Amino acid sequence: MRSVISIILLAVIAVGIGLSLDHVPFGEPKTKVGTHYIDKGREETGATNIVTSVVLNYRGFDTLGEVTVLFVAATGLGAVLATRRKKEKRQIEPASLVLFTGCRFLFPLILLYGTYIFIHGHLTPGGGFQGGAIIASAFVLVYLGCRGRRISETGSKTIESLGGLAFIIIGLVGLAVGGHYFLSNYLPKGELNTLFSAGVIPIIYIAIGFKVGSELAGVIDHLVEESE
Amino acid sequence: MDMSNVVTFLQSYSYYIGAFGLIFIGLFIMLVKHNLIKVIIGLSILETGVNLFLVAVGYISKGTAPIFSNSSIEAERMVDPVPQALVLTAIVIGVAVLALALSLAIRLYQHYGVLDLRQIKEQRW
Repeated sequence: MRSVISIILLAVIAVGIGLSLDHVPFGEPKTKVGTHYIDKGREETGATNIVTSVVLNYRGFDTLGEVTVLFVAATGLGAVLATRRKKEKRQIEPASLVLFTGCRFLFPLILLYGTYIFIHGHLTPGGGFQGGAIIASAFVLVYLGCRGRRISETGSKTIESLGGLAFIIIGLVGLAVGGHYFLSNYLPKGELNTLFSAGVIPIIYIAIGFKVGSELAGVIDHLVEESE
Repeated sequence: MDMSNVVTFLQSYSYYIGAFGLIFIGLFIMLVKHNLIKVIIGLSILETGVNLFLVAVGYISKGTAPIFSNSSIEAERMVDPVPQALVLTAIVIGVAVLALALSLAIRLYQHYGVLDLRQIKEQRW
């Protein structure tokens, strides 16, 4: 009964969306604002990756809001799962030697790869969010492979807070020094397509990378702790 | 409408059809299923569909990524960077929201002992 009603409801929504999508042709040239970003993005921000210049420069304030949403979700998860009752330590079966050694071998390499991704966010398809997710995947490997290991909760919280603080401080300095808006690019933009270019963008992406990486690692830590 | 019209329609709108297919699958799961884990899976599929739709709106035919990695890339053929920038953060936020929903499901299971929404008294709908 409920599935029939649901199908009717979805069909009504589908007809409405189909009628409105008729005016949004697929594969047509982009919007005015997108054209402006592509034409002027390189000289205005110094980043060759236009997506990065949109995320951190044109819509940097928006990104601050999104980082806040991520922070609230991670904090909410910690609050929901926080239990301070003493659980008896369940005996964890140790991982085999091959698995353990493989994890310890791969862990620094994955960290290095994630760091590369977020340092080169203004040059290549990458950035703080992607690099942070890769770094968190290294922690998943450790939790699944080298069982019994834990990240320090204070350490991850500290790195997370420092990352968020760095973002806001750089933005406020931009408000005071550079221009008339939050996150204005006040550092020298350097030469295009080199690592030290684009002013504040790589610095903010490094801060975001640390923040996202430690946040997601903390989420994994909470969930693993709950399952034991 | 003859056959070639249908094929052209499907070809030109295939990304929209795929995206809204995912959105409707997700919505249907969320409306019909009673198991909380399945509802969360539906939420995740719905979110993937929305992300795919946003990226598809910004696409232009035979476009390239909006990155000037070498000088031979011309600006006219680049896809719209704005939806990509929005989706980039939305994916990471989606992971965090999924984790939050799963943690609520864990707590509900610990409290009631079931994941079936029909058997949780305060949760009946």
